[in-house]
Amino acid sequence: MRRFTWFNATALTLGFAFLYLPMIILITYSFNESKLVTVWAGFSTKWYGELLGNESFLDAAWVTVQVAVVSSTIATVLGTMAALVLVRAGRFAGRTLFSGMIYAPLVMPEVITGLSLLLLFIGIGLDRGILTIILAHTTFSMCFVSVVVSSRLVSFDRSLEEAALDLGCTPFHAFRLVTLPIIAPAVISGWLLAFTLSLDDLVIASFTAGPSATTLPIKIFSAVRLGVSPEINALSTIMIAIVTVGVVAASLISKRASLAQQRDTQAAARAA
Amino acid sequence: MAPTVFSPWDDPEEKPLIQFTGVTKRFGEFTAIDNLSQDIYAREFFALLGPSGCGKTTMMRMLAGFETPSEGQILIGGQDMAGIPPNKRPVNMMFQSYALFPHLSVWENIAFGLKREGTAKDQIEVRVSEMLRLTRLDRFAKRKPHQISGGQRQRVALARSLAKAPKLLLLDEPLGALDAKLREETQFELMDIQEKTGTTFVIVTHDQEEAMTVASRVAVMDEGRIMQVATPAVIYEQPSSVYVADFIGDVNIIEGAANPGDDGYDITWAEGQPKLHVKTEKSFAPGQKCFLAMRPEKVVISAEEPADAPNRVQGQIIDIAYLGNLSTYHVQLADGTMMKAQIANTRRLSRRSLTWEDRVWLSWTDTAPVLLEG
Amino acid sequence: MRRWLLIGIPYLWLLALFLVPFLIVLKISLSDVALARPPYLPQLDLSAGWEGIKTFFAGLDFDNFVFLTTDDLYWRAYISSVQIAGLATLFTLLVGYPIAYGMAMAPDHWRPTLMLLVILPFWTSFLIRVYSWMGILSSEGLLNQFLLWIGLIDQPLTILNTNVAVYIGIVYTYLPFMILPIYATLEKMDGALLEAAEDLGCSRLTAFWLITIPLSKQGIIAGCFLVFIPTIGEFVIPSLLGGSGTLMIGKILWEEFFNNRDWPVASAVAVVLLLILIVPIILFQRNEQKQREREG
Repeated sequence: MRRFTWFNATALTLGFAFLYLPMIILITYSFNESKLVTVWAGFSTKWYGELLGNESFLDAAWVTVQVAVVSSTIATVLGTMAALVLVRAGRFAGRTLFSGMIYAPLVMPEVITGLSLLLLFIGIGLDRGILTIILAHTTFSMCFVSVVVSSRLVSFDRSLEEAALDLGCTPFHAFRLVTLPIIAPAVISGWLLAFTLSLDDLVIASFTAGPSATTLPIKIFSAVRLGVSPEINALSTIMIAIVTVGVVAASLISKRASLAQQRDTQAAARAA
Repeated sequence: MAPTVFSPWDDPEEKPLIQFTGVTKRFGEFTAIDNLSQDIYAREFFALLGPSGCGKTTMMRMLAGFETPSEGQILIGGQDMAGIPPNKRPVNMMFQSYALFPHLSVWENIAFGLKREGTAKDQIEVRVSEMLRLTRLDRFAKRKPHQISGGQRQRVALARSLAKAPKLLLLDEPLGALDAKLREETQFELMDIQEKTGTTFVIVTHDQEEAMTVASRVAVMDEGRIMQVATPAVIYEQPSSVYVADFIGDVNIIEGAANPGDDGYDITWAEGQPKLHVKTEKSFAPGQKCFLAMRPEKVVISAEEPADAPNRVQGQIIDIAYLGNLSTYHVQLADGTMMKAQIANTRRLSRRSLTWEDRVWLSWTDTAPVLLEG
Repeated sequence: MRRWLLIGIPYLWLLALFLVPFLIVLKISLSDVALARPPYLPQLDLSAGWEGIKTFFAGLDFDNFVFLTTDDLYWRAYISSVQIAGLATLFTLLVGYPIAYGMAMAPDHWRPTLMLLVILPFWTSFLIRVYSWMGILSSEGLLNQFLLWIGLIDQPLTILNTNVAVYIGIVYTYLPFMILPIYATLEKMDGALLEAAEDLGCSRLTAFWLITIPLSKQGIIAGCFLVFIPTIGEFVIPSLLGGSGTLMIGKILWEEFFNNRDWPVASAVAVVLLLILIVPIILFQRNEQKQREREG
């Protein structure tokens, strides 16, 4: 029914050109022979070679992945608990404060979150390193997880849990056998979101990282402050490629699943 | 009454399976169930019927253990249910939404309760296939809920709730999601399964036809109270209140004053209209306000004045509702009262003589209406 | 018991790592800078008992906040942050609305792909997206090369390290936040409404003004807040794309803390920034609340 008019097609073309051209240019220039990032001097993969030979980048990447995996996993557990509390726990003393603390970090400027956590770590004498970054990332990403999971829980049919109780489950078993498998897609997207946020974060990590642990964004930031560098272009290209493959694969999988479900449902309706 | 008729509620020796005694349930300010007492017997098919918000679902959820009474006591099989969680009750429920676990196959859904019980594997196999056969789902055991039709889903829900052989099965609007034709078939299937398994069924519904079809007894509810409990025939023929008469089926209600006459009461009801004569076993004080409730199919409509009818009034046809097998005539009397008369369409349309604006006579016997207190 | 564990664990976590740190910021903003470790006074000395607490509170004052008002760097930075955020939000709306509209009006089978194209940059590193403009906007960058080549200019423009680059960076990075809520409201809109409006005598354009825009108001408001609120405290964009003349409070706070090591002033800057943010945040919350109520 709906179709492209010339206006819509133009808006979309220009809009997506704006969104994607800078990244395409960045990727193109990562294969540039020249050190001068604005002059094309022929195709080369030498910057990728140099990048892979750069130990400090590899160390930072390793720290970043460790922080992201650990913090997003803890954040998913805590965020799912928080979502259950928000949606299910009803009234309890301090509920307003609780939901305030869940939503506030979402809108809190990163500089403030970073500053306040740093001051806490100094106050309690905790040495800055991987642990402090993990604590910081867990705290703000658990709030994002809980928002994602609670939006799924709100639409969750409570009678499924009641049915499980009715059939002899304890509340804990009902959660494990029925609720959790059904909300699993939301929990997984929560984890992915937390993982990406942690991977991306520059500001909070800069405040909470110590000399013993530097993350990739901190490394990139200090490199690009001085100007454009072909090595960073190469690194960016790798990161963009990973994300693109991941997101496209995820959306293809979920699209196929929903198509299969649609087909089954239609077949069942016809068979009836 | 013949001894073969199933009516444990008339037998003083019979012990009820479920006893509500003085049960009240409040949600904050709102009283959902108001000091209600009721017995339900084993093997009964008991229907809770009422409009939405009348408290029927709350009653069912208290039986299942999802709500606790604010006051009073619920006994199942003589045991007080207070403090017993849903997973420890000898009760299973079929949910209105069916609540089939979307991530489990039909087989796993039916086996779910048995597995929780710790039943042995081979016994689970046996019981599940028994249930699949009972509900004619054998072919669909491996399918997921979204891969089967609405009617099949309904049967899975039924099989799942029956698998643990509960003493009592609760059905929350079990047929609400099915279309009209399937609903009718399924009603008979439900009755059949209830008979085969010998389980006590308590069904919640807002569909009076469904309640009348399936139930051994119907409880008509309104605003947290039970208005009448009786067999479908008694509910229809002898409603105990204007509310019940009005809720079940179509009815003409005429308000008047009762005057004892010979062999019954003469009702004065409108200026310039003849008194109406009614036979009843109830007694009314002279001049007491009363309501005369009469089903439209008990009103005879004719063009000529009927000679020997004890009650007759004259009016004009305002509207005719043609329903296929029946026609309902809306007749306005001289004082403005509207009455409905229903006739079975045994003859072809062209052969029937009454039409709009015709002046007609309505008549009925003195046992046709029920006389109710105000 | 289980219920209290469920509530207690995330609650304690947030108390310890969100509320307490924030109270520390508040406290330090009332302290004075000192050549000590940590570099501020007074320190709370609980071993001194009640007297310690009394001296501690006596040592707190609003000097830092007074300082913020006397040095015009700070209030100029606050004002310019709000200005930049406001203008950038407007630009993002102007760029984002046509895209959201085009997506909502696109054929059904195209929409998942278009959606994916909007979401993809959102998953890509923010830092990299900002960085990608540095090469384009520099004086020898591709944009200048292009403009010189088509002959529009004969002298390279200075774009990088100006506010113009900051605006471009904000519009670019926050565009998905504007597109998605507007798309969500437009997508729900019944196409028959526009046909009805045209049937009743509207031209295409008046139908757009009288029907489409009002019906997408909720999305526009949500999108604007989603861009405006985080932009005020933005640090990466002004520090990579902006110049020395770009005054944004996130950058000032960073410099105050890392370069000047003035923790009390940095804390005071943070507290004032939060106070400024409270107004749009509350307005945003109200708007969301209203929408939820409307949708029942």
